Amino acid sequence: MFQVRIHGRGGQGVVTAAEMLSIAAFEEGRHAQAFPSFGSERTGAPVVAFCRIADQEIRLREPIMEPDALIIQDPTLLLQVDVFSGLKKGGYILINTSRSFDELGLGDYVRDWPGDRLCTVPATDLSRKHVGRPMPNVPLLAGFAAASGLIRLESVIKAIGAKFADKVASNNVAAATAAYQFVADAVIKARHQEAAHA
Amino acid sequence: MLKQTEGSHAVAEAVGLCRPEVICAYPISPQTHIVEGLGEMVKGGEIANCEFINVESEFAAMSVAIGSSATGARTYTATASQGLLFMAEAVYNASGLGLPIVMTVANRAIGAPINIWNDHTDALSQRDSGWIQLFAETNQEALDLHIQAFKLAEEVSLPVMVCMDGFILTHAYERVDIPTQEQVDAFLPPYEPRQVLDPTEPVSIGAMVGPEAFAEVRYLAHAKQMQALESIPHLAEQFRTVFGRDSGGLTHSYLTDDAETIVVAMGSVLGTIKDTVDQMRAAGEKIGVLGITSYRPFPIENVRAALQHVRRVVVLEKSLAVGIGGVLSTDVRMAMSGLDLHGHTVVAGLGGRAITRKSLLSLFTKAVHGELGHLTFLDLDWNVINKQLERERKTRRSGPAAESMLRDIGVIASRIG
Repeated sequence: MFQVRIHGRGGQGVVTAAEMLSIAAFEEGRHAQAFPSFGSERTGAPVVAFCRIADQEIRLREPIMEPDALIIQDPTLLLQVDVFSGLKKGGYILINTSRSFDELGLGDYVRDWPGDRLCTVPATDLSRKHVGRPMPNVPLLAGFAAASGLIRLESVIKAIGAKFADKVASNNVAAATAAYQFVADAVIKARHQEAAHA
Repeated sequence: MLKQTEGSHAVAEAVGLCRPEVICAYPISPQTHIVEGLGEMVKGGEIANCEFINVESEFAAMSVAIGSSATGARTYTATASQGLLFMAEAVYNASGLGLPIVMTVANRAIGAPINIWNDHTDALSQRDSGWIQLFAETNQEALDLHIQAFKLAEEVSLPVMVCMDGFILTHAYERVDIPTQEQVDAFLPPYEPRQVLDPTEPVSIGAMVGPEAFAEVRYLAHAKQMQALESIPHLAEQFRTVFGRDSGGLTHSYLTDDAETIVVAMGSVLGTIKDTVDQMRAAGEKIGVLGITSYRPFPIENVRAALQHVRRVVVLEKSLAVGIGGVLSTDVRMAMSGLDLHGHTVVAGLGGRAITRKSLLSLFTKAVHGELGHLTFLDLDWNVINKQLERERKTRRSGPAAESMLRDIGVIASRIG
């Protein structure tokens, strides 16, 4: 079972992101369970949503305490919430930022991490550019697909189709495609660097 | 058709396939998405010959449901928590009159303190209302139970409450198999009411009944619930024939055959319990699970049969009978009467407190080692309680308890679980 925890703020589409991730996994024939954190959801307040992906029926209903991957939709949460709580060592971390892990003050925490598990993508900028709104959830999802290889971009696009219609859908597909490419390039670069150091 | 969708949406689709003629509801979290979905379906013409009635309160919702059901219309509503309490008088009337209304209860705690999250205290507060009460373990079962509920309600002329865990199920996206209209039509015949308010053949419904017959009319309600005990397993069989899967029935057993310890529970927590039990089985512990699907009528014989040869039973329930302990436990202990085994009540998951595998593992391990008490509150923060009790001992005007205890706990926005 693969467990993903998504951190963001009310209004950033955190819950929708988890739901879309589950739809994308379902499109690939897998079992998936997405659910929101059961906290008060107010605009701007910290929000958590969860997604489990497995090859058999998922019975477990507890919140995800030990994620395999983290998607952080708002880097200001790093100062407010223990977002890394329970994260498996070497797990995927994807942050919505144009800064580096070192610049975010996370250099020490991820010192022993494999480089290709540490990803950033300027998801809010990509969303503004393609969708005209600061909604980082869809670009991050596509970025997660590129970083993890767990779901394909085509499945993310199908999930976009399940949630949005017409222009909003096609704009989100454009944002997703750009984010996927951005992260895919960064992952290849990180692997080259690690190979060179090895 | 397999679909990855929200529990509420799956239920709305199932209700739509049952060809309801009147849907009336007042929105309350976490039921809202169900009735929003149905509202859209009625407006979009997806449900033929159906009227969606907006009402001004839950009391009005149940009153409209009583009126429409009495005219012979297949009627649906949904509520939760305070909404269920607000309609309570009409809830008793619906069953007393023998009207086969189907209602979803998206289970949520009851205030004060106000809390929108999941537990079972809302539905269990109406356990003696005369309604049949079915509890869903998964979203698939929630969907399936609604289809069975209309058939059961109309067969025995009693209203049915389908209970599903608020947020944990209503707001969870998971895989569900949504049946076809042909399948539902093959299972659920058109509604043939026993009593109809019809101007061409006038009758009155709702007579005042004095001591001469009140007990007899009430006994009839009990007799109908006993009929439902027979009908529920038959309906589950028929359902399997038409839809090809197991859903509903009175109870669900899991690894109980050779079990020395059995955990009894209702609703979605059964999944987490089964995962924990698998873990303990792998370590050689003889432990199993009995899920109660039909809480009313309570399948006392089935529960007794399941517990016949075990050494101990742990009833884990998302409800609290203040002043004694468990609600479900009371019924399970009645089923255990005369059996020589240890009984434990565990109150867990109140107001949306997460029930984790870690906590369950430690709880069940204590139980099998004979270290569990009569009544346990899972994961209770004793520091916060003792601090408040101390405050109340020291100061007469100790102030509002909930506010003080929240202050003692501090910031919660940063928490994950």
